[in-house]
Amino acid sequence: MLHNLAQLPRYRGLIQSLVARDLKARYRGSVLGFFWSFINPLLLLLVYTFTFTYVMTPPKGTDPYTLFMFCGLLPWTWFASSLMESSGVLIAGGNLIKKVLFPAEILPIVTVTANMVHFFLALPILVFFLIWYRAPLTVPELACFPLVVVVQYLFTIGCALILSALTVHFRDIRDILSNLLTLWFFATPIIYSYQYAPDLAKRFMNFNPFAHLAISYQEILFFPGPFGHWKWLAALGVGSILWFLAGYWVFDRLRDSFAEEV
Amino acid sequence: MIDPTSRAQLAAAAAARPAIEVARVTKAYRRFSHRKQFATLKSALLTRSLIKNLSPDETFTALNDISVTVPRGRTLGVIGRNGSGKSTLLKLVAGITKPSSGTVTVNGRVSALIELGAGFHPEISGRENVFINGIMLGLTKREVTKRFDEIVEFAELQEFIDAPVKTYSSGMYMRLGFAVAIHVDPEVLLVDEVLAVGDEGFTHKCLDKFAEFKRRGKTILLVTHSLGLVEQFCDEALWLDAGRVKGSGDPLRIVGAYRTDVGEREEQELAASDAKARETASAAIGSPADVAAVLPDNPVETATGPADMFRATEGRWGSREVEITDVTLVGEDGQAGHIFASGSRLDVRIRLRSPLPIDDFVIGIGIFNAEGVCAYGTNTSIEELVAERMSGDTEATFSIESLDLVEGTYKLDVAVHKLDGYPYDYHRLLYTFRVKSRAKDVGIYRPRHTWRFTGDVTFKDARR
Repeated sequence: MLHNLAQLPRYRGLIQSLVARDLKARYRGSVLGFFWSFINPLLLLLVYTFTFTYVMTPPKGTDPYTLFMFCGLLPWTWFASSLMESSGVLIAGGNLIKKVLFPAEILPIVTVTANMVHFFLALPILVFFLIWYRAPLTVPELACFPLVVVVQYLFTIGCALILSALTVHFRDIRDILSNLLTLWFFATPIIYSYQYAPDLAKRFMNFNPFAHLAISYQEILFFPGPFGHWKWLAALGVGSILWFLAGYWVFDRLRDSFAEEV
Repeated sequence: MIDPTSRAQLAAAAAARPAIEVARVTKAYRRFSHRKQFATLKSALLTRSLIKNLSPDETFTALNDISVTVPRGRTLGVIGRNGSGKSTLLKLVAGITKPSSGTVTVNGRVSALIELGAGFHPEISGRENVFINGIMLGLTKREVTKRFDEIVEFAELQEFIDAPVKTYSSGMYMRLGFAVAIHVDPEVLLVDEVLAVGDEGFTHKCLDKFAEFKRRGKTILLVTHSLGLVEQFCDEALWLDAGRVKGSGDPLRIVGAYRTDVGEREEQELAASDAKARETASAAIGSPADVAAVLPDNPVETATGPADMFRATEGRWGSREVEITDVTLVGEDGQAGHIFASGSRLDVRIRLRSPLPIDDFVIGIGIFNAEGVCAYGTNTSIEELVAERMSGDTEATFSIESLDLVEGTYKLDVAVHKLDGYPYDYHRLLYTFRVKSRAKDVGIYRPRHTWRFTGDVTFKDARR
């Protein structure tokens, strides 16, 4: 496993060009092309803002709600669509695995990376809202933002590796997954604030890795004051490295079966 | 994966060791029972069979204890029937699958031409696909840039290289895939029956490229059904049969042995299908004399002959006052068989039984090719033999001195009937034989012939 892992950096170039291909191919033929990376999150935001500010009253401690929700929603979109896509990525790339000598782990990594690029492409909208609402940003806090992204990247790749490998053997994971992700979304403080959640819910949320990511994003971009959640983030960072290694281990164990199963 | 040793060490080691070393390799594939195939995660968790399900239970052995060594710079041709494990061997050498036991060692960069253009993305242009495919196959971006023009020229796609690959014809697609794979400049090239990707000109170009590889001391492993290619092109041949090595060594010898084996198998298959056709024909006794019911797949026996003799398909009919009990085809070697060399001798032995003595009979024979064209037909009456008497068990032999037919499958009509055509026993296209020939001439009839030239014309023999 460690030997294969050590090979991974050699495929940087391949990952790069595959990510570029994914992005190009996705919007090929559509009129608006790359603008969809802006428009999609914007439309999503519109729907949620309408529901939670016009139809319902926004939860406590989340004013301005649009900005609050956007801080958590963007990373969540990256996470959720990475998992949805990576669950089917080995099956879709079956031709490569069966006919070309090809390190299969590249495929889920490319999926997560491509979705990260989409996340980056949507960031300008977030920046616009941050300026619009005059969010209380500080330089030391903003310096932590890339760290959160790195932790999320590692954590997501760990999940993607396990999911993609298991889906080869159990195709129904793809069907379960969308429901699981909906549940996970509501169990994460994205549309509501962690601070005002009941104590019992908070205790549960502490076991939810994505809750800590969401809170980190919110503390950095939305809430004033120092980044108090850094201890949790550091712990999650260590956990994510272990989780990535665990995911890689599972993937590596199942690797030899891919060429025969997909 | 390549060992993380330094390039210099690798090169030195590669020079000393053979390019491909397959040692006692067995490859077993899992075979799924239906239950396993539809197993879900839930049921696997519930029955705690998750781990058990992931380990093989029922297996199919594709390769069984195979050892092959290909020294550097040699070309090995792998032949064998479908399902004999040729492609599995290739995939093992390519590293795409892992052996169940034994070891596969390959020294040097490998490029596998297994499926051409396997990694192409339909939505993006040929140009972008060349880059990505090249990088996938182990080149760096700079190397692809350097070879790009050459690749496009080889694929003959200069005009279309910026069009999305989904607009390509299958031939264009394959050509581009081939061009990229061949320009990876591997030390070991694995080829799996991919030469049929273009027109004649392109195929020649591919063969030239292979020859160039050979000259430059590269190692080639070629899986093919084209035996001529193995004879011409390979230094060694390996014959696989049902996952085992059935022979290896000199290509001419191995290909010869393989051809003989294929012939024997075909012989058995022809005998079996002939027997089946006759069985079906005899089984349908008593069916109505409706000629329209004589269907190609379902030869039936009818009392009277069909109205239009030329449109009839396999079948048997007649009053059976005289019965054809057996027909055997005997070749030059005196053995009954179904496959004969063009120009050899062929005897058609017809056993007849006539319980009562009769004096009005004609024995006839017709040879048809696979399209149903009559190649030859005659009978005793046409040849001015006037029937006098037949009684009890008799035998008639129609002896062909020289079977001057081109290669192909032929069917026989054998019949006994009255002079006026009233059938005693008519066997329509119930006997099959195959004519084999090295020459690939066309038509039906091959006259005995030679070429003679005068003036300044010279040829040399293409056969080695």
